[in-house]
Amino acid sequence: MNIQEFISIIEEEFDEVEKGTLTPTSSFRQMEGWSSMHALILIALVDNHFDVLLTGEELRGLDTIQDLYDLLASKKA
Amino acid sequence: MAFLKTENTRISAIYTCVPSKIERTQDYEWISLQERQLFTKTTGIIERRVASESTTCSDLCFEAANQLLNDLNCKDEIDLVLFVSQSPDYFLPATSIILQNRLEIPTNAMAFDVNLGCSGYVYGLSIASHFIQSGNIKKVLLLAGDKSTISTNYEDKSTFPLFGDAGTATLLEFDSNAEDWFFSMASDGKGKDAIIIEHGHSRHPYGTMEDETIEIEPGIIRSKKHLKLNGMEVFNFALKEVAPSIKELLNFSNQEIEKVDYFVFHQANKLINDSVRKKLRIDFEKVPLSIDYFGNTSSASIPLTICKELSNQVLNENNKYLLSGFGVGFSWATVLLNLSNVKTKMIEYA
Repeated sequence: MNIQEFISIIEEEFDEVEKGTLTPTSSFRQMEGWSSMHALILIALVDNHFDVLLTGEELRGLDTIQDLYDLLASKKA
Repeated sequence: MAFLKTENTRISAIYTCVPSKIERTQDYEWISLQERQLFTKTTGIIERRVASESTTCSDLCFEAANQLLNDLNCKDEIDLVLFVSQSPDYFLPATSIILQNRLEIPTNAMAFDVNLGCSGYVYGLSIASHFIQSGNIKKVLLLAGDKSTISTNYEDKSTFPLFGDAGTATLLEFDSNAEDWFFSMASDGKGKDAIIIEHGHSRHPYGTMEDETIEIEPGIIRSKKHLKLNGMEVFNFALKEVAPSIKELLNFSNQEIEKVDYFVFHQANKLINDSVRKKLRIDFEKVPLSIDYFGNTSSASIPLTICKELSNQVLNENNKYLLSGFGVGFSWATVLLNLSNVKTKMIEYA
């Protein structure tokens, strides 16, 4: 999965995000209304699509979608 | 992981009692409307049942058990009363013994409590079936539930809108024609702080500081006597342990996942159950929910879900069920069994 496909999945999952507005440098924390519920949704999404279990601590250390994508790629490798 | 097999046990009735008072997520004004909508979307909780101040978990279990024993006319045949709960009536004595007397079950019955939550129903089935397969115990009354709302704080969005109260009664009995039951059970106390009430027992007895509330983060205010829940840690635990433990149980019992007709999971959070379902590639129709209208009801969640969603199937069909509870402890347990000719009832406590 390339990063554009990854972004599409996130946009699909988060109702609050308008399609086509996220980029690799978007900070998911800065998304409007970001909450711990979004973190759970993100962890579930990553688990489902990548079979990678992301801890809350790992997620806290990340800022942009590119950061997240890179971490997943390294955990998958 | 402990793997166990028991024989000669069948479930003949499952009754559930819930309080009549309803609290809706959309009315939870401590958080914004947008947050309430996201909460319902993620957890699945539309509303839940909340017991009045004077009602305890044992009152709800009593109602369920009393009707069950009257309907099946077997009060005098109960050899064991097992109460699985984390909200007992007193520090001591055990609530199961109080219920033995209240239900007018003969004094030759054994009675004891088991202190477990989310995994408790399956642990209770395991204990009951081990007693029954010995042949000396013919009927067991398993009472499971919690009044979790007694320890949640309104100003804590991570617990208050999540939990509902319920009490259940399950009748198990000896049946030499019953099919074998298979269990897998495990524990990991490293997760003890993920779901905990820190003060009030021996480690930190009640003092003067328990009424002092502290803001942990925006929207989360509680004191040391309140239930604390780290949703992220619980979520990660469930994603990591539940699906593999189910696969291992199927392997141990030599059963194929396709042969299981229904999967009744503990109702903690719809997102967890959806994730586990996807990992195991189970059809949506095979995984019933009760969290939508009852919230997380702790050890009552599995029997409640059966009463709410599968009453016709367990009475009129003979199907294979996989029941799995996981959470506080951490503790997790799964059983594979057949259910048929099981009477169920949903009762409202006025």
